[in-house]
Amino acid sequence: MSRPPERATARPRVPRFTRAEHWVHRATATLMAVCVLTAGCLYLPFLAELVGRRALMVTVHEWSGILLPVPLLLGLGSRALRADLTRLNRFGRHDRQWLRAALRRRGGRPAGKFNAGQKLYAAWIAGAVLVMMGTGLLMWFTHLAPLVWRTGATFVHDWLALTVIVVIAGHVWMAYRDPESRRGLRTGSVDAHWARHEHPLWKQEEDPTR
Amino acid sequence: MARTLAPAPMGCSNRRVTKDANPARAADGGGEDGRGTPIGRRVVLGMLAGGAAGVAAAPFLQRAYDNTLGAAAQKDPTGLSGLLPAGGGFRYYSVTGSVPHKDERSYRLTVDGLVRHRASYRLADLRALPQTRLVRDVQCVTGWRVPKTPFQGVRLSALLDAAGVRPQAKAVRFTCFDGAYSESLTLEQARRDDVLVALRMQDKPLGHDHGGPVRLYVAPMYFYKSAKWLSKITVTDHVEPGYWEQLGYDVDAWVGRSNGRDDVPTT
Repeated sequence: MSRPPERATARPRVPRFTRAEHWVHRATATLMAVCVLTAGCLYLPFLAELVGRRALMVTVHEWSGILLPVPLLLGLGSRALRADLTRLNRFGRHDRQWLRAALRRRGGRPAGKFNAGQKLYAAWIAGAVLVMMGTGLLMWFTHLAPLVWRTGATFVHDWLALTVIVVIAGHVWMAYRDPESRRGLRTGSVDAHWARHEHPLWKQEEDPTR
Repeated sequence: MARTLAPAPMGCSNRRVTKDANPARAADGGGEDGRGTPIGRRVVLGMLAGGAAGVAAAPFLQRAYDNTLGAAAQKDPTGLSGLLPAGGGFRYYSVTGSVPHKDERSYRLTVDGLVRHRASYRLADLRALPQTRLVRDVQCVTGWRVPKTPFQGVRLSALLDAAGVRPQAKAVRFTCFDGAYSESLTLEQARRDDVLVALRMQDKPLGHDHGGPVRLYVAPMYFYKSAKWLSKITVTDHVEPGYWEQLGYDVDAWVGRSNGRDDVPTT
């Protein structure tokens, strides 16, 4: 199937993501989707009644969960991805301004390659995945820790799962509303005007193809 | 391709950046964009600390939740709170893809193995036998507990007596018409007064989702022993581990004294 012809010839485009970043995102998103869907089949009565196969769902859920950080760890071999991780980690003065404006639902939200909301999302979901893995392992290998830990792990795993699903829904909603940002992850480049408007402080690297 | 070679001039933004960043340094770590406070790392570490604190504080938090929102959820007419963690009530677990429906006509419960008289009961036959009603808590090995749930049915010991257990018998094996699930009890456990072949739950006929029309009810044990969709009772000379027991669950599943758990006993 061919995609509709890109208008890149008409309007200038700028490189945003490399192939490595594209695949890290796609693999992580797929694993996360499998995790969430199998969680639904284990947890929601109507899905459990529809799907059944509890032992299979448990196995798929455990393995998709434990593999979740692997694409990112492999991606650390890419310099472009490491540079983007640094960008996500560091918050400048403009990020505070962005957050203040966003909280008050005002305009004037200066952003670098990633805006402060994207940075917070990245850090939060990374931490959440680690907590889900830790609590999940306590429930998986029940002999690892005393019972109170397992009960506590179940409690945290359940409630954090609910939060993660809400936050991911927000992430998907943001992407749904902004086709150009999705095109950036899919094709690697974005419209230059879009970049200037959404990420005015983003400065291109010397060699973005690496 | 030309478009990848031409970085767009983004100079319009530089004025704002240079106000609070050192323009001299543009390292490979994301350029000027990659400087500032490492809030991201702090958020990750904060999540880890919060997760650990949550695990530690869970017993306290769970109790607080049960006493407030959890109690309210028991009376929630919409049923939406059932989707919340520990929202109360039963959860549906099945080990197979789909389970056939059995009714008055198609349901049969057979008793065979080391018995003198093999038997096959229809629903009406089971209803005609003396009924016992028990009201106990239900405790699942995954943690949920449903308080004071009435079960009613025929004592398993009555069916065993009617079949005439042979002297070499040691255990009872249960198989289910979902085609996969199985369970076992020792003969001594099976003869207990609080082990039923249940026909009713919560004073209603057992629905399909709760294992109807007939399920096993082993009151003193974790709920996985109470096999749903019961179709066959086989008297054997040794305990054969059931479905979940082959996957690591305890065979002697006393509530509070097995599976590494310390729940309050249900009997």
